[in-house]
Amino acid sequence: MTEYHDLIVIGGGPAGLAAACAAWEKGVKDILIIERDKELGGILNQCIHNGFGLTYFKEELTGPEYAGRFIKMLFDTGVKVRTDTMVLSITENKEVHAVNNFDGYMVLRAKAIVLTMGCRERTRGAIGIPGDRPAGVLTAGAAQRYMNIEGYMVGKRVVILGSGDIGLIMARRMTLEGAKVLACVELMPYSNGLNRNIVQCLNDFDIPLYLAHTITDIVGKHGRVEKVVVSAVDENRRPVPGTEMEFDCDTVLLSVGLIPENELSRNAGIEIDRRTSGPVVFENMETSIPGVFAAGNVVHVHDLVDFVTGESQRAGRAAADYIAGSSAAGGADLELANGEHVNYTVPQKIRLAGVDKAAGVFFRVNKVMAAGTVRVMSGGVQIAAFKRQHMAPGEMEQIQLPRALLEKAQGTVTISVEEANA
Amino acid sequence: MVDVTIIGCGVIGAATAYELAHYDLRTVVVERENDVSTGTTKANSAIIHAGYDPEPGTLMARLNVEGNRRTKEIAARLDVPCKEIGSLVLAFDEADVKTVEELYRRGVANGVPGVRVLSAQEVQALEPNLSKEVKAALLAPSAAIISPWEMCLALAETAVKNGVELRLNSPVTAIEKIEGGYRVTAGDSVIETRTIVNAAGVHADQINDLAAPHAFTTRPSRGEYYLMDKSQGALVDHVIFQCPNKDGKGVLVSPTVHGNLIVGPNAEDVADGDDVAVTAAGLDFVREKAAKSVPGINYRDSIRNFSGVRAVTDQPDFVICESPAAKGFINLGGIKSPGLSSAPAIAAEAVKLLAGAGVELKEKASFDDSRSRVRFKELSSKEKTALVEKDPAYGRVICRCETITEGEIVDALHSVIPPVSIDGVKRRCNPGMGRCQGGFCGPRVQEIIARELGISQQEVLQDKAGSRIIFGQTKQKGGAAQ
Repeated sequence: MTEYHDLIVIGGGPAGLAAACAAWEKGVKDILIIERDKELGGILNQCIHNGFGLTYFKEELTGPEYAGRFIKMLFDTGVKVRTDTMVLSITENKEVHAVNNFDGYMVLRAKAIVLTMGCRERTRGAIGIPGDRPAGVLTAGAAQRYMNIEGYMVGKRVVILGSGDIGLIMARRMTLEGAKVLACVELMPYSNGLNRNIVQCLNDFDIPLYLAHTITDIVGKHGRVEKVVVSAVDENRRPVPGTEMEFDCDTVLLSVGLIPENELSRNAGIEIDRRTSGPVVFENMETSIPGVFAAGNVVHVHDLVDFVTGESQRAGRAAADYIAGSSAAGGADLELANGEHVNYTVPQKIRLAGVDKAAGVFFRVNKVMAAGTVRVMSGGVQIAAFKRQHMAPGEMEQIQLPRALLEKAQGTVTISVEEANA
Repeated sequence: MVDVTIIGCGVIGAATAYELAHYDLRTVVVERENDVSTGTTKANSAIIHAGYDPEPGTLMARLNVEGNRRTKEIAARLDVPCKEIGSLVLAFDEADVKTVEELYRRGVANGVPGVRVLSAQEVQALEPNLSKEVKAALLAPSAAIISPWEMCLALAETAVKNGVELRLNSPVTAIEKIEGGYRVTAGDSVIETRTIVNAAGVHADQINDLAAPHAFTTRPSRGEYYLMDKSQGALVDHVIFQCPNKDGKGVLVSPTVHGNLIVGPNAEDVADGDDVAVTAAGLDFVREKAAKSVPGINYRDSIRNFSGVRAVTDQPDFVICESPAAKGFINLGGIKSPGLSSAPAIAAEAVKLLAGAGVELKEKASFDDSRSRVRFKELSSKEKTALVEKDPAYGRVICRCETITEGEIVDALHSVIPPVSIDGVKRRCNPGMGRCQGGFCGPRVQEIIARELGISQQEVLQDKAGSRIIFGQTKQKGGAAQ
């Protein structure tokens, strides 16, 4: 039995919720969200700290509150939801194979699909930390789930590797629950987390941050972590002998980066950007398969959920246009390229017909800069420039490229950043 | 008094138990850890070697070739993932070409089926992602890849189903000679036994010394590995070796039966046979060597590093014999590579030696030699539909990376040798083996283990004894206390 829907949204976290609500508002009346967890809300459900919504709602919410606002909005629509349901595959012709323990194995068809599967954490294996492999080495997000959803302590004496936001948040969280956080260790000479989290989660609790350091050994011969060795690293990120510090601890939390979850996208044949690990998208968040859109952390890892919401609403509205037969189609008019100090851009492609007044472009820089100029070039000509104070890899940048300027561009548009002289 | 006590339940102990289960005997297996397959058996290259490597005339040569054949038969019967994909030994210069020719001759002498030397063009046609520097290669079509821990589990489960008694958490601390046999102290057990099979892996030398004069010394040699995401799993289609050197068969690159890519090992002498740490230097070495064979491996896709310890001894060959000074005490020692490949043949040797020591082998009237388990993700849409209709637990996917369902985890928890840890479940049905390494499914698997075994979530271990995962509930007095 095949079930038909106009729009299927894969993933009921913040991105999926915003995309579904936006598509509903634009007139799509047959929408299904498929969520693998038991509840809607995605990772926000375990983010019980505040700081969400400052941009979008202009007030400070916790993760569950932010998700709750959208879940409430969703309940006022006729969007259908299947939770505790796993999508096993999607196909180029928009067939979705899914399974759960009440409907069984399902084959669903849709006119359009929005991919909002989010991201996962990099693990110990991804960065090859030497040492024993005892229990007590876990990702910060897994620890967050144990503590905030399941209600269990994951350790008493903790060293955190990586200064990503989840790690910083967990440093504070574990401290408040009575654990001793001995150190936060960051390989790079700067933190990848938001500055406000460094201040509120480390400094306020006197937790030392060791920049340009890494864990060079994990010791745990009796089943659980007993000790870690931390060393300074040189400019090539190699440990410097003689700089070893030992920490007696029972837990190592890893906050060493996030990877968009694109196994479904890859298997469907969607083009993936090597730099973002997410789908290559047009200005309306459409992927290389017409009618399949993507938004949120599955496209590129965001710092703030507010931007996920905005991007996902764009994808939801574009999916509505696609279903109505009124969206831009065909290949790209412009391709965005990464110039100096730019790691990636989203979108990677622009169709002028899809740009209303301006196209918003997200990007990340590859080094910390006190000030600089973002230059937008095409055919050797600068079509726009933006001055910025303080840029860092840990903080996503955004520029708006007015349609009038894009019309002057041809072929490739290169975005680069020129560092101001210190 | 029991007839046979097997010490150690890695693949050698399990294979011996499986062989002995065919006979009317009282056999007990004692294992130090809380599960089978926790030592060298779970941490190696997962290769069933063809058998061209050992020098003709050695035990290793004979048992490898025989074991290769028998392993495939048993794997097929007991539903163990095993694929005959063939292996290549690459030659990069003239000296290597000579080595390859020598390996070819050994292969022929050892009775390895189908070995032949390929030209550079033939190698490139077969494996386009190999280095362009390859001058020639030895092809051994009978080499296979396997799930080593599942092989061990399948053998042990089948043995237990057919009457062998398995005692876990039972480290052997004393062996005493008594009238007509031995008294073995193993954890809480004291077992009086007519004979003993020593299958204690890297610790086999110490076990020998409890019962007999010193016979051999283990010199543990550790090998470190990378396990890569499935996105790298199709980089090569064969097991890719370099020419062997004094430290072993060198760094290999191979697909695994689970669809990943395995890269390693190095060889480093370690003092402690239980030291399975990985090191920065070891991993650097593995990457550097592997690049010589397969330059395009993307280490950003590494999902896990691990190491295992080879039971290398001061003797060149396997040590398989009845102790001359201790009647009925059979050593299966020094089982380094190709130990996994030889396991069923080593077990058959052990049975012969036991018969020689006076154990009477009377074949049982019936032997239950069947085993199968549900692998949801490998089923067709139609089969999946039918399975979930029959039992909805197979419709609930717990491990998203590997698509492992609650039904499969429940099956594992009620299998013949029930696991007590998250890694024990992982070895049986693979949740947590994927790219997120259990980050998402770990807490859910823990919950299912607690529910099915009737224990609290806090008692569920990650792996071996002492590997506790959680320290009580939050919001308790004194912070993280109890």
